[in-house]
Amino acid sequence: MDKIGIPRSIFYYYYGDIWKSFFDYLKIPYIISPNTNKEIMNIGLKYGGDEMCLALKTYIGHCAYLKDKCNYLLIPRIDNYGLENQTCTNFLSTYDIVNNIFDTKILNYNINLDNKETLKKGLIKIGTELGKPKHEINKAYKYAINKYKEKRKREITINTNKLNSKKIKILLVSHPYNTYDDLIGKEIIKYLEKENIEVIFSDKFDEKITNKLSEKLSKELYFKYSKENIGSIVYSKDKIDGIIFLSAFPCGPDSLVNELVMRKINTPYINLVLDDTSSFTGTETRLESFIDMLKGGLND
Amino acid sequence: MTKISFPIMGDYHIPANYLLKNVLNAEIISPPMVTAKTIEIGSKYSPEFVCTPFKYTLGTMIESIEKGADTLIQMGGGCRYGYYAELQEKILKDLGYDIKLINLVTKGKTSIKRIYRLIKQIDPKFSKLKAIYYGFITIKMVKYMDNIDEYIRENIGFEIEEGSFEYLKEKCLRDFSKVKNYKELKKLYKKYIKQFTKIQIHKPDNCLKIGIIGELYTIMEPFSNYFLEKELAKNKLEIKRFTNVNYLLFEKRKTIKHYLKYAGEYIKYQMGADAADNIARTKYLCEEGYDGIIHIKSAFCTPEIGAMGVINKIANQYEIPVLFFSFDANTSETGVKTRLEAFYDMLEMRKRK
Repeated sequence: MDKIGIPRSIFYYYYGDIWKSFFDYLKIPYIISPNTNKEIMNIGLKYGGDEMCLALKTYIGHCAYLKDKCNYLLIPRIDNYGLENQTCTNFLSTYDIVNNIFDTKILNYNINLDNKETLKKGLIKIGTELGKPKHEINKAYKYAINKYKEKRKREITINTNKLNSKKIKILLVSHPYNTYDDLIGKEIIKYLEKENIEVIFSDKFDEKITNKLSEKLSKELYFKYSKENIGSIVYSKDKIDGIIFLSAFPCGPDSLVNELVMRKINTPYINLVLDDTSSFTGTETRLESFIDMLKGGLND
Repeated sequence: MTKISFPIMGDYHIPANYLLKNVLNAEIISPPMVTAKTIEIGSKYSPEFVCTPFKYTLGTMIESIEKGADTLIQMGGGCRYGYYAELQEKILKDLGYDIKLINLVTKGKTSIKRIYRLIKQIDPKFSKLKAIYYGFITIKMVKYMDNIDEYIRENIGFEIEEGSFEYLKEKCLRDFSKVKNYKELKKLYKKYIKQFTKIQIHKPDNCLKIGIIGELYTIMEPFSNYFLEKELAKNKLEIKRFTNVNYLLFEKRKTIKHYLKYAGEYIKYQMGADAADNIARTKYLCEEGYDGIIHIKSAFCTPEIGAMGVINKIANQYEIPVLFFSFDANTSETGVKTRLEAFYDMLEMRKRK
């Protein structure tokens, strides 16, 4: 039977759980690429454009890893959740970029709420293309969404509860595909936890709340994921000790949004921008002095 | 009285000036031309890896403020350009400038109502009717300018008396900026078109033809591409360029559907800003027998970075050379010239074979 390849990068960190349950329910086999490693990153650098952001290069690396191991790659296109909630232009072009690099067949759907193209319609399209009956697909969609919502609710509760922790609390403001990527964010989180820091994640809040709250820092912002990121700052600013901004070089939305926010907030912060030549040693030094500063502040 | 200004882009400050002057009861501060100094100032206060138009427009804003402006206008685009204004306003205020910034696009949308409200604050006597009337003339002026530019681009490389096109264009723009009504503008346009076609040229049938594609700001602002077109013209090339304000405002919406169909084997979707357009144009230039393609963009322009791989692929399939330029605040004029010369020599050699 046809096997689907899911790149563990960018879109995976928003839709991975839904996809997995959806395909499980329909008994469609799939393969997920492993956590990002040096090898995957290097293939990404080879096939991707020089100036692409680190996340997109990594994504292309994951596609290269999968291309001979599956019949289809799953690459959606996320245009907008309404005109006030658009995405970075890389979310618009990834499908076409990958399609022009590799010969592998691609399963694709488009989310464009401004044009009434929803996730549900997208998954129905995918299911139909794989030859599944309509009523099965509908059931699978419901199953996947419900399961995702439950998990998401649990994660939000855990993350929100951390705000009451007695430890030093740092809000990590970053896109999930950077936060949870092995070569980008994971080592930073590991280091912070080792230093007995409570790490709070900007993407694990109720996005309905954070999206609205973002207006307190930026009125004209129209990037959905950036809005939710900075909304989390407004939400938690009275309870946290510091903020780490983490971006992949040269992230388009972050270059403007983070700059604006850094000019407006009073919470101590550091800004980490990583690219493919970054080494953790350099990052570690900066984290260390940031934590020292926070600890010193607490003793005053 | 409010002193109003706006970022400069190519010659388009002339129609913009015209519109504001006739519609608003405010003093218009014409934006200074972009110079190396502008870019230096702009870069100094901009975030590090923002795309270059942010730095250019910020630099112009600061120079306009120093000329006396207290209200600035910023536009939007299909990428992060639409979000420039909020950060630029913050940067300017942090620098201690007490200014007002009018963003024509907010939250990814243009709301006529909101713009109307903002304008009313500047000029309480503002009349909608007058705005529509002069808006119409301005739109026509842009269209006429773009038409004239297209003719100039195809022929300027072959003028017999050096500078004749440029001289006439300057005169034409000066006259355009003084028109009182549409009839007068139309008459002037017809007169000048005639004069332009009368300029003597020596154009061989088999001259080299190249197409220029790329990111819209860089392609339209002459300073940011270091008079690239002029340099090309010196080498006796015919130039085709697609992007102009008329295209962006009125044609893009229709054309993009046609473009996506035309280049369907390469792209399925829009890729932000003009990226998909440029992919389709690449195919068009290859099919139409152009000798080479030049792609220009500002550093960090995300949509074009995505498109570049596809553009390269198409050009390879058709065996048409492409030259990529990425402009940032540090690009050196000499470097651009050298690469252009080498590119031109290569095209010449290919043609002779």
